[in-house]
Amino acid sequence: MENIRIIPRLDIKGTNVVKGIFTEGLRVVGNPKELAFKYYKDGADELLCMDIVASLYQRNFDFDLLRSVSEEIFIPITVGGGIRSVNDINNALRAGADKVAINTYGIKKPKFLNEAVKKFGSQCIVLSVEAKHRNDGTWEAYTDGGREHTGINAVEWIRKALVLGVGEVVITSIDRDGSRKGYDTELISEVSKFCKVPLVVHGGAGTKESVVKVIKKTKIDAVAIATSFHYGDFKIKNLKEYLFKKKINVRV
Amino acid sequence: MSGSNNKKIGIVDYGVGNLYSLRKALREFIDDVVIVENTEEINRLDALVLPGVGSFEAGMEGIKARGLEGEIKKFAEKGKPILGICLGAQLLLSKGYEFGEFRGLDIISGKVVKFPGLKMGIKIPHIGWNKITLSNSTKPEGDILNSIGKDPYVYFVHSYILEPIDKKAILTTTIYGGYQFCSTVQKGNVYGFQFHPEKSGQVGLRIIKNFVNLVKAL
Repeated sequence: MENIRIIPRLDIKGTNVVKGIFTEGLRVVGNPKELAFKYYKDGADELLCMDIVASLYQRNFDFDLLRSVSEEIFIPITVGGGIRSVNDINNALRAGADKVAINTYGIKKPKFLNEAVKKFGSQCIVLSVEAKHRNDGTWEAYTDGGREHTGINAVEWIRKALVLGVGEVVITSIDRDGSRKGYDTELISEVSKFCKVPLVVHGGAGTKESVVKVIKKTKIDAVAIATSFHYGDFKIKNLKEYLFKKKINVRV
Repeated sequence: MSGSNNKKIGIVDYGVGNLYSLRKALREFIDDVVIVENTEEINRLDALVLPGVGSFEAGMEGIKARGLEGEIKKFAEKGKPILGICLGAQLLLSKGYEFGEFRGLDIISGKVVKFPGLKMGIKIPHIGWNKITLSNSTKPEGDILNSIGKDPYVYFVHSYILEPIDKKAILTTTIYGGYQFCSTVQKGNVYGFQFHPEKSGQVGLRIIKNFVNLVKAL
């Protein structure tokens, strides 16, 4: 097994890092620059920064904020939220991002994903998917920070986006987000069966054991964690030691 | 430290990749870091950095379109330090085989080929942290890998690998999907890293510091 990457996720609203439950009930948890630096020092393998209201308010990611966040950080940073043009991607890269995550605009205009891949390479373009369980046993893709229905089958959408050339997939389970109830391994298994690019999973980590479970039960490349790191359930270092003990490869 | 501290390092902008994090990392250790894209500017530099993410062809096209090919080769012939990163390292070799066959800068003899024979189910591109191990056939010159510990982790994003003809040019190797490949190539003062030191945390910063020290000592 290759190394599993541990990725703290920072949901940003305005000038704060926030976190909610089921993408709602947001609470301020800290300052983006300080938290990002803390996680970098704690041994994060990457950072994922998402402006969770940019798409909803049809704004851009705050690139000045991103510049200040990335200033003293020397690990890869993925940035998402409101990305809807080649220019946005250029601005994100110039402000210190290495990859951009695209959800809302990719669903509205799938061709944009392909255009972005051609211009920046697949390694730079990450598909972000927010999936919510439906009564018929499938999952629906949501946009605008988990607020808007699309009617689109999330798993089928990922299949399609892979053909368009995206180089990585981040999948968030809206049902588990912020709940600490463990990952939606059913959803993740479904996707990991055919996903030939790195798969990052998010939503539901509550204990170190829940992280072990998703890694052992499905075939993933990275876990993105917000709540458990922000509220100190466990530290990155402790999680890595725990995974290592369970014979899961991590960078130590 | 011998040598003057008024040294100038230039990052070549040939239209591919993210120069900003690289500049940021270099500036941790040296003030005069500029982004260059014409031959006159290159002439005034003490060291060159070739960054880049993207395809071999796009990279060489970007260099040729700016008329920089000859200048970069001359820079190497004079024995001035060059640091190639990722695609920038690949372009140092003679030929690349990504989407066809293309001529490289040919500063180090060898070719750039797709990862061969990986274990089943191993994903390409190779993205993530992996170890670099000092090659047996050589020992580091100029202390570029000073103080980074044994087999440290660094960050990779690539689908193609460096294959120098002279095995002595292989400074470090890395194993991915059961396949051992060259992760650092070196010839004199020319270094090529397949990984991204500017994204490799403290280890990567130390490598960049070592390179800057080598430039300052000249």
